[in-house]
Amino acid sequence: MLDGWPPPILDPAGPDAWAIATLAWVLLAMAALVLGVVLAAMWLALSGRPELRARLGGTKAIWIGGVAFPVVVLSLLLVYGLSLTRTQSAPLRGDEMRARVTGEMWWWRVAYLDQQRRPVLHDANELHIPVGRPVVLELESGDVIHSFWVPRLAGKLDMIPGRRNIIRIQADQPGVFGGQCAEYCGGPHALMGFVVVAHPQQRFDQLMRSRLARAAAASATPQAAQGARLFQSSGCAACHRIAGTPANGLAGPDLTFVGSRRTLGAGILPNNRGTMMGWIANSQAIKPENRMPPYTLLPGEDISALAEYLEAQR
Amino acid sequence: MPVADASRGKRAIERVGCASCHTIPGIGWPKGEAGPPLHGMAERALIAGRLANRPGILARFVRDAPALVPGTTMPAMPLSEEESRDVAAFLYESGK
Ligand code: HEC
Ligand code: HEC
Ligand SMILES: [Cu+2]
Repeated sequence: MLDGWPPPILDPAGPDAWAIATLAWVLLAMAALVLGVVLAAMWLALSGRPELRARLGGTKAIWIGGVAFPVVVLSLLLVYGLSLTRTQSAPLRGDEMRARVTGEMWWWRVAYLDQQRRPVLHDANELHIPVGRPVVLELESGDVIHSFWVPRLAGKLDMIPGRRNIIRIQADQPGVFGGQCAEYCGGPHALMGFVVVAHPQQRFDQLMRSRLARAAAASATPQAAQGARLFQSSGCAACHRIAGTPANGLAGPDLTFVGSRRTLGAGILPNNRGTMMGWIANSQAIKPENRMPPYTLLPGEDISALAEYLEAQR
Repeated sequence: MPVADASRGKRAIERVGCASCHTIPGIGWPKGEAGPPLHGMAERALIAGRLANRPGILARFVRDAPALVPGTTMPAMPLSEEESRDVAAFLYESGK
Protein backbone atom coordinates (compact mmCIF):
# COMPACT_ATOMS: atom_id res chain seq x y z
CA MET A 1 0.00 0.00 0.00
CA LEU A 2 1.16 3.51 -0.76
CA ASP A 3 1.52 6.12 1.99
CA GLY A 4 -1.79 7.92 2.45
CA TRP A 5 -3.59 5.74 -0.09
CA PRO A 6 -6.45 5.12 -0.47
CA PRO A 7 -7.21 8.43 1.21
CA PRO A 8 -9.67 7.96 4.10
CA ILE A 9 -12.56 10.32 3.42
CA LEU A 10 -13.81 10.95 6.95
CA ASP A 11 -10.48 11.45 8.72
CA PRO A 12 -9.85 15.19 8.43
CA ALA A 13 -6.37 16.67 8.96
CA GLY A 14 -7.22 20.33 8.37
CA PRO A 15 -9.97 22.84 9.23
CA ASP A 16 -11.99 22.77 5.99
CA ALA A 17 -11.89 18.99 5.78
CA TRP A 18 -12.91 18.90 9.45
CA ALA A 19 -15.99 21.05 8.77
CA ILE A 20 -17.02 18.82 5.89
CA ALA A 21 -16.54 15.59 7.85
CA THR A 22 -18.45 16.99 10.84
CA LEU A 23 -21.32 18.08 8.62
CA ALA A 24 -21.35 14.64 6.99
CA TRP A 25 -21.70 12.94 10.38
CA VAL A 26 -24.43 15.35 11.51
CA LEU A 27 -26.38 14.78 8.29
CA LEU A 28 -26.00 11.03 8.69
CA ALA A 29 -27.27 11.17 12.26
CA MET A 30 -30.24 13.35 11.27
CA ALA A 31 -31.07 11.05 8.35
CA ALA A 32 -31.01 8.05 10.69
CA LEU A 33 -33.27 9.87 13.16
CA VAL A 34 -35.81 10.83 10.51
CA LEU A 35 -35.77 7.32 9.08
CA GLY A 36 -36.44 5.97 12.57
CA VAL A 37 -39.41 8.31 13.06
CA VAL A 38 -40.87 7.40 9.65
CA LEU A 39 -40.49 3.67 10.30
CA ALA A 40 -42.14 4.04 13.69
CA ALA A 41 -45.04 5.96 12.12
CA MET A 42 -45.41 3.27 9.48
CA TRP A 43 -45.50 0.55 12.08
CA LEU A 44 -48.11 2.53 13.99
CA ALA A 45 -50.22 3.04 10.87
CA LEU A 46 -50.18 -0.67 10.04
CA SER A 47 -50.51 -2.32 13.39
CA GLY A 48 -50.97 0.31 16.10
CA ARG A 49 -54.07 0.58 18.32
CA PRO A 50 -57.08 2.16 16.49
CA GLU A 51 -57.09 5.42 18.52
CA LEU A 52 -53.36 5.95 17.86
CA ARG A 53 -53.91 5.30 14.16
CA ALA A 54 -56.71 7.83 14.13
CA ARG A 55 -54.44 10.39 15.77
CA LEU A 56 -51.68 9.71 13.26
CA GLY A 57 -54.08 10.49 10.40
CA GLY A 58 -55.41 13.64 12.09
CA THR A 59 -54.75 17.22 10.99
CA LYS A 60 -52.66 17.94 14.06
CA ALA A 61 -50.22 15.13 13.30
CA ILE A 62 -49.86 16.35 9.75
CA TRP A 63 -49.21 19.96 10.83
CA ILE A 64 -46.64 18.92 13.39
CA GLY A 65 -44.94 15.98 11.66
CA GLY A 66 -45.37 17.08 8.06
CA VAL A 67 -44.87 20.83 8.24
CA ALA A 68 -43.46 22.14 11.53
CA PHE A 69 -40.88 19.40 12.07
CA PRO A 70 -39.23 19.58 8.62
CA VAL A 71 -39.31 23.39 8.54
CA VAL A 72 -37.66 23.72 11.93
CA VAL A 73 -35.13 20.90 11.47
CA LEU A 74 -34.13 21.82 7.93
CA SER A 75 -33.79 25.52 8.78
CA LEU A 76 -31.62 24.73 11.78
CA LEU A 77 -29.51 22.36 9.69
CA LEU A 78 -29.11 24.95 6.96
CA VAL A 79 -27.94 27.62 9.38
CA TYR A 80 -25.64 25.14 11.13
CA GLY A 81 -24.21 23.81 7.85
CA LEU A 82 -23.59 27.25 6.43
CA SER A 83 -21.88 28.51 9.57
CA LEU A 84 -19.78 25.36 9.82
CA THR A 85 -18.51 25.70 6.28
CA ARG A 86 -18.34 29.49 6.10
CA THR A 87 -14.52 29.43 6.38
CA GLN A 88 -14.46 27.88 2.92
CA SER A 89 -15.83 31.01 1.33
CA ALA A 90 -14.00 33.42 3.62
CA PRO A 91 -11.98 36.00 1.68
CA LEU A 92 -8.31 35.20 1.11
CA ARG A 93 -5.75 37.23 3.01
CA GLY A 94 -3.70 37.58 -0.14
CA ASP A 95 -0.34 36.64 1.36
CA GLU A 96 -0.93 32.89 1.46
CA MET A 97 1.47 30.54 -0.25
CA ARG A 98 0.16 29.87 -3.75
CA ALA A 99 0.55 27.07 -6.21
CA ARG A 100 -1.12 26.21 -9.49
CA VAL A 101 -2.29 22.68 -10.13
CA THR A 102 -3.38 21.87 -13.67
CA GLY A 103 -5.30 18.70 -14.44
CA GLU A 104 -4.01 16.84 -17.50
CA MET A 105 -5.17 13.52 -18.91
CA TRP A 106 -4.16 11.69 -16.55
CA TRP A 107 -1.71 13.45 -14.30
CA TRP A 108 -1.20 16.82 -12.59
CA ARG A 109 1.05 19.72 -13.55
CA VAL A 110 2.25 21.66 -10.49
CA ALA A 111 3.77 25.14 -10.35
CA TYR A 112 4.77 27.00 -7.19
CA LEU A 113 4.00 30.73 -7.47
CA ASP A 114 5.76 33.73 -5.92
CA GLN A 115 4.00 36.70 -4.28
CA GLN A 116 3.46 38.24 -7.73
CA ARG A 117 1.82 34.95 -8.72
CA ARG A 118 4.48 34.06 -11.25
CA PRO A 119 5.57 30.42 -11.49
CA VAL A 120 8.99 29.93 -9.93
CA LEU A 121 9.26 26.16 -9.63
CA HIS A 122 7.77 23.37 -11.72
CA ASP A 123 6.91 19.86 -10.63
CA ALA A 124 4.21 17.22 -11.13
CA ASN A 125 1.92 14.83 -9.28
CA GLU A 126 3.09 15.94 -5.84
CA LEU A 127 2.72 19.14 -3.82
CA HIS A 128 4.75 20.13 -0.76
CA ILE A 129 3.17 22.47 1.77
CA PRO A 130 4.03 23.83 5.23
CA VAL A 131 2.04 22.55 8.21
CA GLY A 132 -0.56 24.76 9.87
CA ARG A 133 -0.82 27.42 7.17
CA PRO A 134 -3.51 27.84 4.55
CA VAL A 135 -2.25 27.27 1.02
CA VAL A 136 -4.15 28.68 -1.94
CA LEU A 137 -4.33 26.53 -5.05
CA GLU A 138 -5.25 27.85 -8.49
CA LEU A 139 -6.95 24.92 -10.16
CA GLU A 140 -6.91 24.79 -13.95
CA SER A 141 -7.31 22.20 -16.66
CA GLY A 142 -5.24 21.54 -19.74
CA ASP A 143 -7.90 19.48 -21.52
CA VAL A 144 -11.18 18.20 -20.03
CA ILE A 145 -12.91 18.63 -16.67
CA HIS A 146 -11.06 17.05 -13.75
CA SER A 147 -11.77 17.42 -10.06
CA PHE A 148 -9.14 18.07 -7.42
CA TRP A 149 -9.76 16.12 -4.22
CA VAL A 150 -7.46 15.55 -1.26
CA PRO A 151 -10.10 14.34 1.21
CA ARG A 152 -8.11 14.84 4.41
CA LEU A 153 -7.27 18.47 3.58
CA ALA A 154 -10.27 20.01 1.77
CA GLY A 155 -13.42 19.43 -0.26
CA LYS A 156 -13.57 18.69 -3.97
CA LEU A 157 -13.32 21.37 -6.62
CA ASP A 158 -13.63 20.96 -10.38
CA MET A 159 -10.84 21.95 -12.74
CA ILE A 160 -12.54 23.46 -15.76
CA PRO A 161 -10.91 24.28 -19.11
CA GLY A 162 -10.54 28.05 -19.54
CA ARG A 163 -11.28 28.82 -15.91
CA ARG A 164 -9.30 29.26 -12.73
CA ASN A 165 -10.94 27.91 -9.59
CA ILE A 166 -9.49 28.72 -6.19
CA ILE A 167 -9.36 26.24 -3.33
CA ARG A 168 -7.70 26.58 0.05
CA ILE A 169 -6.10 23.57 1.67
CA GLN A 170 -4.47 23.23 5.05
CA ALA A 171 -2.77 20.42 6.95
CA ASP A 172 -2.56 20.70 10.72
CA GLN A 173 -0.05 17.87 11.07
CA PRO A 174 2.93 16.72 9.02
CA GLY A 175 2.22 13.75 6.79
CA VAL A 176 1.49 12.37 3.37
CA PHE A 177 -2.04 12.94 2.11
CA GLY A 178 -3.38 11.06 -0.89
CA GLY A 179 -5.62 12.65 -3.50
CA GLN A 180 -7.64 11.45 -6.46
CA CYS A 181 -9.21 12.95 -9.56
CA ALA A 182 -12.91 12.97 -8.70
CA GLU A 183 -14.48 13.75 -12.08
CA TYR A 184 -14.46 11.05 -14.74
CA CYS A 185 -12.02 12.26 -17.40
CA GLY A 186 -11.81 9.21 -19.67
CA GLY A 187 -9.40 6.26 -19.94
CA PRO A 188 -7.32 5.67 -16.81
CA HIS A 189 -9.18 8.32 -14.74
CA ALA A 190 -9.26 5.91 -11.79
CA LEU A 191 -5.44 5.82 -11.90
CA MET A 192 -5.05 9.60 -11.60
CA GLY A 193 -3.87 10.05 -8.04
CA PHE A 194 -2.08 12.91 -6.32
CA VAL A 195 0.09 13.35 -3.24
CA VAL A 196 0.33 16.28 -0.82
CA VAL A 197 3.26 16.21 1.60
CA ALA A 198 3.03 18.53 4.62
CA HIS A 199 6.30 19.46 6.36
CA PRO A 200 7.05 21.51 9.48
CA GLN A 201 7.72 25.10 8.35
CA GLN A 202 11.48 24.99 8.75
CA ARG A 203 11.84 21.74 6.84
CA PHE A 204 9.54 23.14 4.15
CA ASP A 205 11.60 26.34 3.75
CA GLN A 206 14.73 24.25 3.48
CA LEU A 207 13.18 22.05 0.78
CA MET A 208 12.01 25.03 -1.27
CA ARG A 209 15.42 26.71 -1.03
CA SER A 210 17.23 23.61 -2.19
CA ARG A 211 14.75 23.03 -5.01
CA LEU A 212 14.95 26.63 -6.22
CA ALA A 213 18.75 26.34 -6.23
CA ARG A 214 18.58 23.04 -8.11
CA ALA A 215 16.14 24.43 -10.70
CA ALA A 216 18.41 27.43 -11.35
CA ALA A 217 21.56 25.32 -11.76
CA ALA A 218 22.67 22.73 -14.27
CA SER A 219 21.77 19.13 -13.52
CA ALA A 220 24.41 17.41 -11.39
CA THR A 221 24.45 14.44 -13.79
CA PRO A 222 26.85 15.07 -16.67
CA GLN A 223 25.10 15.08 -20.04
CA ALA A 224 27.64 12.50 -21.19
CA ALA A 225 26.30 9.90 -18.76
CA GLN A 226 24.62 7.01 -20.54
CA GLY A 227 21.20 7.69 -19.02
CA ALA A 228 21.34 11.37 -19.99
CA ARG A 229 22.26 10.47 -23.57
CA LEU A 230 19.48 7.90 -23.77
CA PHE A 231 17.00 10.43 -22.41
CA GLN A 232 17.73 12.56 -25.49
CA SER A 233 18.17 9.82 -28.08
CA SER A 234 15.08 7.79 -27.09
CA GLY A 235 12.84 10.83 -27.41
CA CYS A 236 11.99 11.22 -23.71
CA ALA A 237 13.19 14.83 -23.79
CA ALA A 238 10.51 15.74 -26.32
CA CYS A 239 7.80 15.18 -23.71
CA HIS A 240 9.60 15.72 -20.42
CA ARG A 241 11.46 18.64 -18.90
CA ILE A 242 14.47 18.35 -16.60
CA ALA A 243 15.65 21.79 -15.45
CA GLY A 244 19.25 22.59 -16.33
CA THR A 245 19.37 20.09 -19.23
CA PRO A 246 18.33 20.33 -22.88
CA ALA A 247 15.18 18.31 -22.03
CA ASN A 248 12.34 20.78 -22.29
CA GLY A 249 9.21 18.86 -23.31
CA LEU A 250 5.89 19.82 -21.77
CA ALA A 251 3.57 17.03 -22.91
CA GLY A 252 4.42 14.89 -19.87
CA PRO A 253 5.23 15.50 -16.20
CA ASP A 254 8.26 17.61 -15.26
CA LEU A 255 10.98 15.17 -14.12
CA THR A 256 13.40 17.64 -12.45
CA PHE A 257 12.60 16.14 -9.04
CA VAL A 258 11.27 12.74 -10.07
CA GLY A 259 13.91 10.90 -8.04
CA SER A 260 12.47 12.27 -4.80
CA ARG A 261 8.78 11.74 -5.63
CA ARG A 262 6.82 9.48 -3.30
CA THR A 263 5.08 7.85 -6.26
CA LEU A 264 5.21 7.21 -10.01
CA GLY A 265 2.47 7.26 -12.63
CA ALA A 266 0.50 10.04 -10.84
CA GLY A 267 0.19 8.71 -7.31
CA ILE A 268 -0.29 5.05 -8.22
CA LEU A 269 3.03 3.20 -7.82
CA PRO A 270 5.75 3.32 -5.19
CA ASN A 271 8.94 4.92 -6.53
CA ASN A 272 11.97 2.62 -6.62
CA ARG A 273 14.39 1.25 -9.22
CA GLY A 274 12.04 -1.58 -10.11
CA THR A 275 8.85 0.43 -10.59
CA MET A 276 10.79 3.13 -12.46
CA MET A 277 12.09 0.51 -14.90
CA GLY A 278 8.71 -1.18 -15.20
CA TRP A 279 7.05 2.17 -15.95
CA ILE A 280 9.59 3.19 -18.59
CA ALA A 281 9.61 -0.24 -20.26
CA ASN A 282 5.84 -0.50 -20.58
CA SER A 283 3.67 2.02 -18.78
CA GLN A 284 0.75 0.93 -20.97
CA ALA A 285 0.54 -2.38 -19.11
CA ILE A 286 0.38 -0.47 -15.81
CA LYS A 287 -1.83 2.48 -16.76
CA PRO A 288 -3.61 1.53 -19.99
CA GLU A 289 -4.18 4.37 -22.49
CA ASN A 290 -1.92 6.87 -20.72
CA ARG A 291 -0.12 9.22 -23.07
CA MET A 292 3.39 7.86 -22.76
CA PRO A 293 4.44 5.30 -25.39
CA PRO A 294 5.76 1.87 -24.30
CA TYR A 295 9.50 1.26 -24.79
CA THR A 296 9.39 -2.49 -25.27
CA LEU A 297 12.22 -2.35 -27.82
CA LEU A 298 14.77 -0.75 -25.49
CA PRO A 299 17.19 -3.35 -24.09
CA GLY A 300 17.19 -3.95 -20.33
CA GLU A 301 20.48 -2.17 -19.74
CA ASP A 302 19.15 0.99 -21.39
CA ILE A 303 16.01 0.94 -19.23
CA SER A 304 18.26 0.45 -16.24
CA ALA A 305 20.50 3.38 -17.23
CA LEU A 306 17.47 5.63 -17.76
CA ALA A 307 16.08 4.66 -14.35
CA GLU A 308 19.43 5.35 -12.71
CA TYR A 309 19.57 8.76 -14.39
CA LEU A 310 16.03 9.66 -13.34
CA GLU A 311 16.58 8.50 -9.75
CA ALA A 312 19.41 11.04 -9.54
CA GLN A 313 17.02 13.89 -10.46
CA ARG A 314 16.00 15.18 -7.08
CA MET B 1 13.64 -18.63 11.97
CA PRO B 2 10.02 -17.38 11.70
CA VAL B 3 7.79 -19.28 9.27
CA ALA B 4 7.29 -17.60 5.92
CA ASP B 5 3.82 -16.09 5.57
CA ALA B 6 2.24 -15.85 2.12
CA SER B 7 -0.26 -13.14 3.06
CA ARG B 8 2.54 -10.93 4.39
CA GLY B 9 4.35 -11.71 1.15
CA LYS B 10 1.43 -10.40 -0.85
CA ARG B 11 1.46 -7.12 1.07
CA ALA B 12 5.21 -6.78 0.50
CA ILE B 13 4.72 -7.35 -3.24
CA GLU B 14 2.11 -4.58 -3.29
CA ARG B 15 4.28 -2.24 -1.25
CA VAL B 16 7.34 -2.47 -3.50
CA GLY B 17 5.42 -2.83 -6.77
CA CYS B 18 6.72 -6.10 -8.31
CA ALA B 19 3.60 -6.13 -10.47
CA SER B 20 4.82 -3.04 -12.35
CA CYS B 21 6.94 -5.59 -14.28
CA HIS B 22 5.19 -8.92 -13.72
CA THR B 23 1.71 -10.32 -14.10
CA ILE B 24 1.35 -12.17 -10.79
CA PRO B 25 -1.50 -14.57 -9.97
CA GLY B 26 -3.40 -13.20 -6.99
CA ILE B 27 -2.44 -9.56 -7.71
CA GLY B 28 -5.28 -7.81 -9.55
CA TRP B 29 -3.45 -4.66 -10.63
CA PRO B 30 -1.11 -3.81 -12.24
CA LYS B 31 -0.23 -6.50 -14.73
CA GLY B 32 3.20 -5.31 -15.83
CA GLU B 33 4.89 -6.72 -18.89
CA ALA B 34 8.55 -5.82 -18.55
CA GLY B 35 9.31 -9.20 -16.97
CA PRO B 36 7.81 -12.69 -17.44
CA PRO B 37 4.44 -13.63 -15.87
CA LEU B 38 4.90 -15.52 -12.60
CA HIS B 39 2.35 -18.32 -12.99
CA GLY B 40 3.10 -21.80 -11.73
CA MET B 41 6.27 -20.91 -9.83
CA ALA B 42 5.92 -24.09 -7.74
CA GLU B 43 6.15 -26.37 -10.78
CA ARG B 44 9.18 -24.81 -12.41
CA ALA B 45 12.55 -26.54 -12.51
CA LEU B 46 14.55 -23.32 -12.71
CA ILE B 47 14.32 -19.70 -11.66
CA ALA B 48 15.19 -17.25 -14.43
CA GLY B 49 16.18 -20.26 -16.52
CA ARG B 50 19.29 -21.04 -14.51
CA LEU B 51 18.90 -21.23 -10.70
CA ALA B 52 17.60 -24.26 -8.82
CA ASN B 53 14.00 -23.56 -7.82
CA ARG B 54 14.18 -23.80 -4.02
CA PRO B 55 12.53 -21.50 -1.45
CA GLY B 56 15.81 -20.13 -0.10
CA ILE B 57 17.12 -19.38 -3.56
CA LEU B 58 13.87 -17.81 -4.74
CA ALA B 59 13.85 -15.61 -1.64
CA ARG B 60 17.38 -14.40 -2.36
CA PHE B 61 16.56 -13.91 -6.04
CA VAL B 62 13.50 -11.67 -5.48
CA ARG B 63 15.52 -9.49 -3.12
CA ASP B 64 18.72 -9.18 -5.11
CA ALA B 65 18.47 -10.82 -8.53
CA PRO B 66 21.67 -9.26 -9.99
CA ALA B 67 23.73 -10.89 -7.22
CA LEU B 68 22.60 -14.34 -8.38
CA VAL B 69 22.18 -13.71 -12.10
CA PRO B 70 24.74 -11.10 -13.15
CA GLY B 71 23.49 -8.98 -16.03
CA THR B 72 19.79 -9.71 -15.43
CA THR B 73 17.33 -6.89 -16.05
CA MET B 74 15.47 -7.64 -12.84
CA PRO B 75 16.79 -5.09 -10.32
CA ALA B 76 17.42 -5.55 -6.59
CA MET B 77 14.18 -4.75 -4.77
CA PRO B 78 13.75 -2.98 -1.41
CA LEU B 79 12.67 -6.06 0.62
CA SER B 80 13.98 -7.20 3.99
CA GLU B 81 15.26 -10.78 4.29
CA GLU B 82 12.14 -11.79 6.14
CA GLU B 83 9.88 -10.16 3.57
CA SER B 84 11.70 -11.90 0.73
CA ARG B 85 10.93 -15.29 2.33
CA ASP B 86 7.29 -14.26 2.63
CA VAL B 87 7.29 -13.19 -1.01
CA ALA B 88 8.69 -16.56 -2.10
CA ALA B 89 5.99 -18.32 -0.07
CA PHE B 90 3.31 -16.22 -1.76
CA LEU B 91 4.68 -16.93 -5.25
CA TYR B 92 4.68 -20.69 -4.63
CA GLU B 93 1.18 -20.62 -3.22
CA SER B 94 -0.63 -18.18 -5.50
CA GLY B 95 0.44 -19.68 -8.82
CA LYS B 96 -0.51 -23.29 -8.09
C1 HEC C 1 4.79 11.24 -26.13
C2 HEC C 1 5.30 11.84 -24.92
C3 HEC C 1 6.18 11.03 -24.00
C4 HEC C 1 7.38 10.44 -24.28
C5 HEC C 1 8.10 10.36 -25.61
C6 HEC C 1 7.86 9.91 -23.01
N1 HEC C 1 6.97 10.17 -22.01
FE1 HEC C 1 7.19 9.74 -20.06
N2 HEC C 1 5.32 10.42 -19.69
C7 HEC C 1 4.50 11.00 -20.61
C8 HEC C 1 3.22 11.27 -20.01
C9 HEC C 1 2.01 11.92 -20.67
C10 HEC C 1 3.32 10.82 -18.67
C11 HEC C 1 2.22 10.84 -17.62
C12 HEC C 1 1.44 9.56 -17.73
C13 HEC C 1 0.31 9.48 -16.75
O1 HEC C 1 0.58 9.37 -15.55
O2 HEC C 1 -0.85 9.52 -17.18
C14 HEC C 1 4.67 10.30 -18.52
C15 HEC C 1 5.17 9.81 -17.31
C16 HEC C 1 6.49 9.46 -17.12
C17 HEC C 1 7.07 9.13 -15.84
C18 HEC C 1 6.35 9.13 -14.51
C19 HEC C 1 6.41 10.49 -13.90
C20 HEC C 1 5.61 10.64 -12.64
O3 HEC C 1 5.86 11.55 -11.88
O4 HEC C 1 4.71 9.85 -12.39
C21 HEC C 1 8.39 8.84 -16.06
C22 HEC C 1 9.41 8.44 -15.02
C23 HEC C 1 8.62 8.98 -17.47
N3 HEC C 1 7.45 9.36 -18.09
C24 HEC C 1 9.83 8.73 -18.10
C25 HEC C 1 9.99 8.71 -19.48
C26 HEC C 1 11.18 8.23 -20.14
C27 HEC C 1 12.42 7.71 -19.45
C28 HEC C 1 10.97 8.34 -21.48
C29 HEC C 1 11.87 7.93 -22.63
C30 HEC C 1 12.30 6.55 -22.63
C31 HEC C 1 9.63 8.93 -21.65
N4 HEC C 1 9.08 9.13 -20.42
C32 HEC C 1 9.06 9.24 -22.87
C33 HEC C 1 4.80 11.31 -21.92
C34 HEC C 1 5.93 10.86 -22.59
C1 HEC D 1 12.12 -3.80 -13.70
C2 HEC D 1 11.17 -4.82 -13.78
C3 HEC D 1 11.10 -5.88 -12.68
C4 HEC D 1 10.67 -5.71 -11.39
C5 HEC D 1 10.23 -4.42 -10.71
C6 HEC D 1 10.67 -7.02 -10.81
N1 HEC D 1 11.09 -7.94 -11.71
FE1 HEC D 1 11.18 -9.96 -11.45
N2 HEC D 1 11.96 -10.18 -13.30
C7 HEC D 1 12.17 -9.16 -14.22
C8 HEC D 1 12.79 -9.71 -15.40
C9 HEC D 1 13.19 -8.93 -16.63
C10 HEC D 1 12.96 -11.09 -15.16
C11 HEC D 1 13.64 -12.11 -16.05
C12 HEC D 1 15.04 -12.23 -15.48
C13 HEC D 1 15.99 -13.12 -16.20
O1 HEC D 1 15.55 -14.11 -16.79
O2 HEC D 1 17.18 -12.83 -16.12
C14 HEC D 1 12.41 -11.35 -13.85
C15 HEC D 1 12.35 -12.60 -13.25
C16 HEC D 1 11.68 -12.88 -12.09
C17 HEC D 1 11.44 -14.20 -11.57
C18 HEC D 1 11.85 -15.48 -12.24
C19 HEC D 1 10.77 -15.85 -13.21
C20 HEC D 1 11.09 -17.05 -14.05
O3 HEC D 1 10.44 -17.17 -15.07
O4 HEC D 1 11.95 -17.81 -13.68
C21 HEC D 1 10.75 -14.07 -10.42
C22 HEC D 1 10.25 -15.16 -9.52
C23 HEC D 1 10.58 -12.65 -10.18
N3 HEC D 1 11.15 -11.96 -11.22
C24 HEC D 1 9.93 -12.09 -9.08
C25 HEC D 1 9.89 -10.74 -8.81
C26 HEC D 1 9.40 -10.17 -7.57
C27 HEC D 1 8.84 -10.97 -6.41
C28 HEC D 1 9.55 -8.83 -7.69
C29 HEC D 1 9.26 -7.79 -6.61
C30 HEC D 1 9.99 -7.96 -5.38
C31 HEC D 1 10.06 -8.55 -9.00
N4 HEC D 1 10.28 -9.73 -9.65
C32 HEC D 1 10.29 -7.27 -9.50
C33 HEC D 1 11.81 -7.84 -14.05
C34 HEC D 1 11.37 -7.28 -12.87
CU1 LIG E 1 -10.44 12.15 -13.77
